[in-house]
Amino acid sequence: MKPLRYILIEILQVFIVIAVAPAFSGWVDMLKCWSQGRTSAGVLQPYRDIAKLFVKNVVLAHNASWIFRFTPYLVFGTCVVVGSVIPIISMNLFLASSADIIVLIAVFATARFFTALAGMDIGTAFGGMGSSREMMIASLTEPAILMAIFTVSLAGRSTSLLHIVHAFASGALGLRPSIVFASTAFILVVIAEAGRIPVDNPSTHLELTMIHEAMILEYSGRHLALIQWGSMIRFFLFVTLGIACFLPWGIAATDNAGEVAISVFLMVIKLGVIGVVLVLIETGLAKMRLFRLTEFLGAAFLMATLGVISSIILE
Amino acid sequence: MPILFVMVIENNRRLLIYMSFAVSALASLINALAGILTVASGKTEQVILPFGLPALPFHLRLDQLSGFFLFVVGLLSFFVSIYSIGYVNRLAAGKPIKRLIVFYNIFIAAMFMVCLADDALFFLVAWEVMAAASYFLVMFEDGRSENRRAAYIYMVMAHIGAVLILLSFGVMAGFTTGFEGYTFDAMREARFPLKWATVAFLLSFFGFAAKAGVIPFHVWLPEAHPVAPSNVSALMSGVMLKTAIYGIIRITFDIIKVFPWWWGTMVLVLGLVSAVMGVLYALMQHDLKKLLAYHSVENIGIILIGIGLSMIFTSFNLPTMAALALIAGLYHTMNHAMFKGLLFMGAGAVINATHERNMDEMGGLIHHMPWTSAFFLVGCISISALPPFNGFVSEWLTFQAFLLSPSLPIPLMKLLIPLGAALLALTGALAAACFVKVFGVIFLGNWRGHNHPVVTEAGWSMRVGMMLTALTCLCLGILPTIIIGWMDVLSERLIQAQLITTSGVYGWMWLTPVDPERASYSGPLVLIGIVTVCAITYLLLHVKPGKISRVAVWDCGFQRLTPKMQYNSVSFSMPFRRIFGFLFDIKEQIWLSPQQGHPAFPVKSNYYLRVRDRFWGWMYKPVIDYVVLFSRKAGMLQHGRIHVYLIYSFVTISVLLALL
Repeated sequence: MKPLRYILIEILQVFIVIAVAPAFSGWVDMLKCWSQGRTSAGVLQPYRDIAKLFVKNVVLAHNASWIFRFTPYLVFGTCVVVGSVIPIISMNLFLASSADIIVLIAVFATARFFTALAGMDIGTAFGGMGSSREMMIASLTEPAILMAIFTVSLAGRSTSLLHIVHAFASGALGLRPSIVFASTAFILVVIAEAGRIPVDNPSTHLELTMIHEAMILEYSGRHLALIQWGSMIRFFLFVTLGIACFLPWGIAATDNAGEVAISVFLMVIKLGVIGVVLVLIETGLAKMRLFRLTEFLGAAFLMATLGVISSIILE
Repeated sequence: MPILFVMVIENNRRLLIYMSFAVSALASLINALAGILTVASGKTEQVILPFGLPALPFHLRLDQLSGFFLFVVGLLSFFVSIYSIGYVNRLAAGKPIKRLIVFYNIFIAAMFMVCLADDALFFLVAWEVMAAASYFLVMFEDGRSENRRAAYIYMVMAHIGAVLILLSFGVMAGFTTGFEGYTFDAMREARFPLKWATVAFLLSFFGFAAKAGVIPFHVWLPEAHPVAPSNVSALMSGVMLKTAIYGIIRITFDIIKVFPWWWGTMVLVLGLVSAVMGVLYALMQHDLKKLLAYHSVENIGIILIGIGLSMIFTSFNLPTMAALALIAGLYHTMNHAMFKGLLFMGAGAVINATHERNMDEMGGLIHHMPWTSAFFLVGCISISALPPFNGFVSEWLTFQAFLLSPSLPIPLMKLLIPLGAALLALTGALAAACFVKVFGVIFLGNWRGHNHPVVTEAGWSMRVGMMLTALTCLCLGILPTIIIGWMDVLSERLIQAQLITTSGVYGWMWLTPVDPERASYSGPLVLIGIVTVCAITYLLLHVKPGKISRVAVWDCGFQRLTPKMQYNSVSFSMPFRRIFGFLFDIKEQIWLSPQQGHPAFPVKSNYYLRVRDRFWGWMYKPVIDYVVLFSRKAGMLQHGRIHVYLIYSFVTISVLLALL
């Protein structure tokens, strides 16, 4: 029964995405602590945080509407759906052809749209500030991420992740100048999308600098737990999206259990290494002023455009 | 067949409204059905009406392209007519609604006629009737001078456009043979030399562009839409602009047929400029309807991107890709009609309830108007091109068309066209930002205004009209395969190529243009996936639900939180003003009002912001200044003295006699 195995692999992957994402965030936080000479709380700290939030009661403002209460579920739901489409452990996913990269980016945008609305729902100044800034940054990252994707899909002749991974695995793609440019751009975009330094700082609640945290400032209890978990999954998925586009070697092409185990193992190693790279970038840079971000994201866009141009001229 | 019902004799206002809008809804529905059937059956019907000038009868033709636009116009008119029953009832009493009803019906009938016309004469007659009827609708509240000014600008732009279209038809008719040279049939047969084809195309394109609101001909849109009644704005923005798109497609793909690549490039570039500039201008607005009007400019731009790409691909003889781009453009035409109609209807409901157009005077309406806000939210998500609603499908198709551009033979175009995709992505993201602002400022937060009107939910007919439109948006978003399968005959007729829309079993679930290997999108699966995960999470968390306690907003200990401290539309768009400010004419001032003359003790701080369209200052103001100057000079000829005029006639006759 082929479809049955596809569904099993799909379920396994969704489970891995939901379960492993906090560990990856924990790993990055741990490395960050070490690199700054602090003692870390360990890889498991995000799990403890989420568990604590789930048992707490929810406190809502009087004028919170259904949008405010619905958004956490939507954020979590979109993240899980995207997680079921990206080939992470195997290419034989049941849902892999239901969305291509452009759709995935747009599904994330839907979640962001609702998060920004939730930020404006209570009517505090912080919420609106966060929403406004988040949408501004999104409008600058979107062209950059699209150009990076364009480069890859020009080379892979498809926007479907499955076919891009296939093209890489069959050796049709290799280390090309365009891919180098595109992956550099993609790293910069992931930093922005995941709200890491220098774009945003997830560990601060300082009024004037926070962006994502400002939008979700009014959340508490299980709602906050879902949003936090959702953003960990989102971070994890952006990294795995990068892996699928630029480092797809080792993702199982068959539904053989052994190969899937190997690809899970390789995934853990890749994630570990990428965590180190991200932490090095993060500790090496200072948080940028909001309006300097245009330069940062402009650089990402430029890199991605160079990727497209070089893929057309050189290849 | 188009039907015109004018019921003005009745005196009972309520009955009049019910009857007339019900009948126009019915007529629109019949037209929409006729459109569906024509496209589905693939048949073409022609009728020659014995009206018109002597020996120049009117020709009507219902082919697939007409059928498609008939469907779009008919469907939205159907929804808007239902909506109008409640809307016009709630519109301030004592206004002359007979005029509104008469011109509303003439307007809809004229749009149907434009789609059906098959000769230049009848097309122009219908076109002018459409323009005139909409002029009177814009003028509906003619008590205010700004409305008269808006209607005047609209009329001038409409006429410049009509003159250009007339000239274009004149050029094309010059190459036809036979007595019936003014019919589109004769023009289809004719062969145009490239030079004259270019002249005809440019004339008609700019003529239609003036109607469609392509930048730089967009100035009338943000003036006329805000002042018209909202049901009229919904129709004008949703479908009247589309008749111009119809005209462009009819003339390029159906009549001229063969064209060089730079035409398509020009359309593409203008489309991109309109899309990006339209959305940026929209982001700066705080008048709700003006903002929506600028979004029409943006969406017309997106439609033109699809059409431009299709023209480029056609001229390089790549029919499959051309079909993809054309379908993307047409799909967006239909989508924009639906979501923009919905947004204008929602705006009408909001303005009706609050008597405000300035968003910064609103807030928190989601608690008072739950239905309207939900439908408006659907419109916002659709226009922001977010899955699973319809705006996303057409943008996705356009992206796929962009991705095919590397197969073009000219290297420079290969390089530059992908940049267009980046601009389209920028447009989408900015539109999302803009609609977060619109929805957030109007419906969320607390009431910001100075007046405190009693806000009530819209009436049943308004809700039904909006609900049907919202459902259509969802259906167009999750069932694109079926709809594109229905539309495919259009691309087959116009560019002789079809899309592969389905593959394998349950093919209707996956939209796979070009090739399933290349890209696929399954709207139903994405929607079901998200809904399922949300539902499961919700249920799991509510097995043993924790308590939800409602408290006042935490005010950081400040204790005097006022609604004034919320973000409003001006502050929301501040980062964008800062980044893209160079594209606008911005005047921003902050000053302190001192107390009794001493600046050290200010009473309050003032903020002044004026954002203007640069095109007005660059293009229109100089022209207007010269026209006024010239007419003043020419006016010096008039003295009002009869003997001076007699001398004029005498001189004219002598000169003519001397010359001839």
